[in-house]
Amino acid sequence: MTDTVTKSKCSTAELLSVMSSRILEDGTLLFAGVGIPLLAATLAQRMHAPHLTILFEGGVVGPYIESGKLPPSTNEARTSRMANMVPSPTDVLALLQRGYVDYGFMGGAQVDQYGNLNSSFIGDPADPKIRLPGSGGGNDIASLARMIVAMPHEKKRFVEKVDFVTSPGYLDGGTTRRDSGLITGSMHKVITDLCIMGFDEETKRMKLEALHVGVEVADVIENTGFEPILPDKIGVTEPPTTEELRILNEIDPDGMYLT
Amino acid sequence: MNANARPPPPRVCNMAVDKPMVYEYTPWSRGGARRERLNRKGNDKMTASSNVMGGTSYLDLRERMQARDRGLREKVMSLTDAISLVNDGDHMAIGGNTFSRTPFAAVWEVVRQKKKNLTVSRNITSSEGDMLLAGGCTEHYITSWFSQGIVWGVSKVMRHFMESGAVRYDEWSHMSIGMMYRAGALGLPFMPTRVMMGSDMARLVADDIKEMDCPYTGEKLALLPALNPDVALIHVHRADAYGNAQYDGLPFMEADLALAADKVILTCEQIISNDQIRRAPDQTKIPFFAVEAVVEVPYGCMPHECSGLYEPYYSHMDYYAKLTREKGIEGANEYLQEYVYGPEDWNDFLNRLGFSGIIEATKAGRRLYSD
Repeated sequence: MTDTVTKSKCSTAELLSVMSSRILEDGTLLFAGVGIPLLAATLAQRMHAPHLTILFEGGVVGPYIESGKLPPSTNEARTSRMANMVPSPTDVLALLQRGYVDYGFMGGAQVDQYGNLNSSFIGDPADPKIRLPGSGGGNDIASLARMIVAMPHEKKRFVEKVDFVTSPGYLDGGTTRRDSGLITGSMHKVITDLCIMGFDEETKRMKLEALHVGVEVADVIENTGFEPILPDKIGVTEPPTTEELRILNEIDPDGMYLT
Repeated sequence: MNANARPPPPRVCNMAVDKPMVYEYTPWSRGGARRERLNRKGNDKMTASSNVMGGTSYLDLRERMQARDRGLREKVMSLTDAISLVNDGDHMAIGGNTFSRTPFAAVWEVVRQKKKNLTVSRNITSSEGDMLLAGGCTEHYITSWFSQGIVWGVSKVMRHFMESGAVRYDEWSHMSIGMMYRAGALGLPFMPTRVMMGSDMARLVADDIKEMDCPYTGEKLALLPALNPDVALIHVHRADAYGNAQYDGLPFMEADLALAADKVILTCEQIISNDQIRRAPDQTKIPFFAVEAVVEVPYGCMPHECSGLYEPYYSHMDYYAKLTREKGIEGANEYLQEYVYGPEDWNDFLNRLGFSGIIEATKAGRRLYSD
């Protein structure tokens, strides 16, 4: 255990970044938001996936993210540094529609049992408690790519039904996503600071796949606002290695997204 | 010859395809009263200006274009004169994206001239949107995201106006905004896409979106209506006196936006000669005939950035975020007094931002291409 770190020794942001980075495959194309998705994608490039291509919705194809100079948004000059190409946001997002893109990777204010994401309203959309900034490219990416979602595992974020579906998951489960006209794209994984969740093939409900070290099934149930499917076999993830954490902190030395 | 290698029979275009089914969304109906109010407000607006979205007559659009003087003529003027071309009630589109290549000086002047009842569209909206809201210039926003930037959290000013329903916020996906400008630029009434379906987003903008079964494949498609703004504010690195415009770095939606709009008000870091434009015509992204005004405004995106020239004035954006986070709309009003209505002119605004911070932002901006 000398080269790994238990949950208590690393922050939520570090844990989410490391766990997410590990499922990103080399040679794939990925739409990333800033924050955890950007950290995870950059970490994956430095570790096991040097040929992972990052796309930003501001209009960036294959940037090189320089350690210590992380962009504060997906739509500004720093993101274009050492990029291969800078198309318009319309054209870079249209790559999703054409089918070039494998994964979409983002966070969200709320997610529900079918993987629907909300980044528009807290409360009744007709009389909201909070008007959130909105979709940005979220709806585009979730409509057309395999989605990876990373977020802290809190009951108020993991709800039975989101207040508003900004970025579609499996809608009402079963075949409802496909029936609505979304014939491509899917919800792939939800990565939290407690566990990794996937989705049941039939019902499309969220299912527990693996727990992080030191986490019990009861912790997941307690922090989830719906009943996730609990399969017979639930795995345990490898804790973050000191190498992963070292590189992660090299990428974000000022704690822009890690704190 | 192997029979299996025979070419397939020629594809016959069957003109007698079934009429495609057009689906109309039911508007968002929960919590009815406020939504009705929102819709009514929207409908009033649609009546007041038929040029906002969907259903614009193509012949009207062409007629307005034909009526403009599209000849090669000089258009250099002051910021004040240029912004006087924006009319109350216009659909005004804004170039750039978030806090990048924002035509901040132009928006700043719109607020100073106290324009009213604007419909404003932009792909992603940052603090210039707060200024237009707090300045009372707009009652209808069309965008995909609205807050200064993700690292500063949710805009209290946006929340103040949108949660009360005082201003209508039509939220579209980022690509949708781009496709609607593109349809506008192509002179087409809509663009078919594969987004906005299934989610609740289509119900929020139900008056302006329809679905269709593709007449070729039968697949469901969302039809996004064209956006043809009355006026577009765009900031670029270089332009000549005629309005030929060149910009570096992320292109954003400028090229589509410029052609979709009835006219463009161009601000630029530098006016260059027409000879220089002609030596590198491949770099020209906006043609002169789309442009109605050219204004030379160095640092015209400040406190936002202009790629390769200057980064955002981060400490000022931190200051603004803190001011509005702590004081809400009062903070925004204080900001308007000090930084928008207060300054004598744009250079005085830059003075108030502070010389040393502008130098720091310039050094950071130039570093982008320095290795």
